[in-house]
Amino acid sequence: MHIATTQTFTAQPTFRDPRWLRVSLILIAVSFIVLFLCVPLILVLSEAFSKGWQAYWSALSEPDTVSAIKLTLITALVTVPLNTLFGLCAAWAITRFEFKGKSLLTTLIDLPFSVSPVISGLIFVLMFGAQGWFGEWLSAHDIKIIFAVPGIILATLFITFPFVARELIPLMQEMGSEEEEAALSLGASSWTTFFKITLPNIKWGLLYGVLLCNARAMGEFGAVSVVSGHIRGLTNTLPLHIEVSYNEYDFVASFASASILAGLAIVTLILKSVLEWKQSQNRV
Amino acid sequence: MRQSHVIQGFAPTLGLTVVYLSLVVLIPLSTLVFKSLQLSWDDYLNVIGNARVLASFRVSFITSLAAATITSFFGFIIAWVLVRYPFPGKRFLDALIDLPFALPTSVAGIVLATIYQPNGAVGQFLQDNFNLKIAYTPLGIVVALIFISLPFVVRTVEPVLQEFDFTMEEAAASLGASRWQVFSKIIFPNIFPALLTGFALSFARGIGEYGSVIFIAGNLPYVSEVIPLLIVTKLEQYDYSGATVIALTMLVASFLLLLLINLLQMWVRKRSGQL
Amino acid sequence: MSILLSNINKKFGQFSALQNINLEIPEGELVALLGPSGCGKTTLLRIIAGLEGADGGEVCLNGKDITAQHVSNRGIGFVFQHYALFRHMTVFDNVAFGLRVKPKKHRPDEATIAKKVHALLELVQLDWLHDRFPDQLSGGQRQRIALARALAVEPSVLLLDEPFGALDASVRKDLRLWLRHLHQELHVTSIFVTHDQEEAMEVASQVVVLNKGRIEQQGIPSEIYDHPVNAFVSKFIGQTNVFHVEKEDSQWLEHAGIVLDDPQGLIAHVRPHDIQIEKAQSAEQSPIILKDWQHLGATIRLELSKIQSQSNAIVYAQMPNEQFKNLNLSKGDHVLLQIKQAHWFN
Repeated sequence: MHIATTQTFTAQPTFRDPRWLRVSLILIAVSFIVLFLCVPLILVLSEAFSKGWQAYWSALSEPDTVSAIKLTLITALVTVPLNTLFGLCAAWAITRFEFKGKSLLTTLIDLPFSVSPVISGLIFVLMFGAQGWFGEWLSAHDIKIIFAVPGIILATLFITFPFVARELIPLMQEMGSEEEEAALSLGASSWTTFFKITLPNIKWGLLYGVLLCNARAMGEFGAVSVVSGHIRGLTNTLPLHIEVSYNEYDFVASFASASILAGLAIVTLILKSVLEWKQSQNRV
Repeated sequence: MRQSHVIQGFAPTLGLTVVYLSLVVLIPLSTLVFKSLQLSWDDYLNVIGNARVLASFRVSFITSLAAATITSFFGFIIAWVLVRYPFPGKRFLDALIDLPFALPTSVAGIVLATIYQPNGAVGQFLQDNFNLKIAYTPLGIVVALIFISLPFVVRTVEPVLQEFDFTMEEAAASLGASRWQVFSKIIFPNIFPALLTGFALSFARGIGEYGSVIFIAGNLPYVSEVIPLLIVTKLEQYDYSGATVIALTMLVASFLLLLLINLLQMWVRKRSGQL
Repeated sequence: MSILLSNINKKFGQFSALQNINLEIPEGELVALLGPSGCGKTTLLRIIAGLEGADGGEVCLNGKDITAQHVSNRGIGFVFQHYALFRHMTVFDNVAFGLRVKPKKHRPDEATIAKKVHALLELVQLDWLHDRFPDQLSGGQRQRIALARALAVEPSVLLLDEPFGALDASVRKDLRLWLRHLHQELHVTSIFVTHDQEEAMEVASQVVVLNKGRIEQQGIPSEIYDHPVNAFVSKFIGQTNVFHVEKEDSQWLEHAGIVLDDPQGLIAHVRPHDIQIEKAQSAEQSPIILKDWQHLGATIRLELSKIQSQSNAIVYAQMPNEQFKNLNLSKGDHVLLQIKQAHWFN
């Protein structure tokens, strides 16, 4: 995921594609986007409110829904700061120093992106599940990880692991270390240099990474689904609650929960556009 | 190697990175390898040789390839339009492209299922006019995968189109090339490697996709059951070995396919002097 | 082929890039469009090529109006400033491109194309590079390939946009002469754009000086240099000392004992080599001293100023090495000036 700012390409009049071609290509693109992206987004809301405000509100205030919202927030609250801290450390080590195995490390950081969410859940079951590596030990000490909150957090940590680091590494590479060296040579301490020089330079990229990390942490379904056990009111996050309600034909509850996550997605997209704009301003 | 002498923090940051990476990613992933090492070749063949498992592989690969192809085609047009043509509402549409990144897959799943089911908004239209069933068939899987993978193609092609050297087009035109010749001989060959990358990313994502697919697929064994779902089913039956074998095979198979696509891309780049 | 431009106008938004350009270029010339950056010279070249549309006016090629014709049908060869070589094609394929995109009935067969491409590559002395890609070539090589590519379609007119702009100084010098000789060999009507007056004088058979979207003067290099029609051209072509005869300079001149006999205007432009210098016998004879001098190779440039003057006006003079040695001057010596020739403007 990169930051691209779209700028309009202004061709010379003699070079413009013929009007019929432009119009039909724009029509194809727009209708594709509308059909595949806009319609689903609108449908979430229309379904959620299909039985009116009352039904929407009561679906959301149901204890199971409330506990799902809480669990989703807790998961994000734990995973996002941890992965942000890791992202900063990884980006610092990789962009500010030369060492053997650097490219291998960079590749390994990206690994969770190329693993199916289901497999991301499976590996934690293999570790902590009843027949897993630590299964016996855990049950002897009465510790539950799989089908419990720790498992959900671990799977989410794995899935959202690369987001911040991936955003920061190219950014800090491009920034270079001259400014930091200058600050240090003027007598600033390492921490001062980081907070006064590095952080202001990368803040938009950092926020961007955090934003994407958070969206994924709150919305992850596949991996969490494998480790959660779907215990209502206990181990259901919001995305799982949507599935359970849907399969029980409680469509209003399902779409009401979905509307919260869709709202989150819209906010994410808006913030993303704002951050991209801020970052492009920063560069100029 | 140039090592900065003034910047500090190498040992703690690298140390923390490696420890955290091992704990969260490497050790958990290694369980997959260790678990499969405990199995014999016969165990392996027993799981993989099962007709239902083979069918799910066929379904997953065919639908992912179909979806990646369709997405590449339309994604290219969308990227082209977004980069080259000014029109009202463009910024909005451009921002919307990332929706599948931001929208949780289960939300996408239930919405797409609702739209394309026989009495849904689009489903009914297609059913009535073309006698075409989308939801609860492999076509439904393709639709879900198109939704999921659209941003991968658009966002890989877009920057390459943006940085495309416009004077190459002018040069070709001044040498007498028609607009179509300029496109097919100059623009497309330069964009093709990026398009191939987008295709590979879509395909890889499609193979492993679970959340958005299971609602619309109908999950009929032998017809519309995808690999990730089969892994989950095995897990629910506490068949850890079965799940591991299928997961590992899926990883290896998609890895091989990606390798193939990467080789193809290298070949294309080499042939066109970009390496 | 001859080119005729009449009443060409071009605006970019509010900015008027070209105003009423009328220009006739006879067949077989090698013409330089010369001017400072932003004067509209590249825009004019692109309008001739058909890469840009003019807002008004006509472009005629050999008497035929081609204003409405698309660039791909004009039969011109265009060499781009940064060459615009097709980076996904080999050198050979780049040069062959124009032949291969011809409509089927005019397209030569591959054997003919190969023969022609190799001949062209030999002409630009780069046949040994035919299977390389553009990224593997040096700047000067890319330039020559771009030229070969443009020549492949046997254009009636060759247009070059800042052909030497992106090259090292030494490569540039070689390529200038090479281009001039190539033109004498091929005799195709050619126009190139440059902001470097030295380059224009050295390469072109005719120079067109542009400024702020207008043509200031057109002529052969010696005419432009020896008879500039206005102050802009005089200042732009070569170095010039500017004397405002009726302003502060008049006093300066008088006290310095410089005589501009027979004033024909308000401003006199004097080329450094038109100033003759003699060593003064004593300090009273002249208040002008030699402030500094620089060795420019074959010639010496002298910086002259007036002692104890408030203004730090400096007059430049230039003379051959030998002559400077004979004068036996050193810094701080008083000198006498005489102006041999001046261009007068108002």
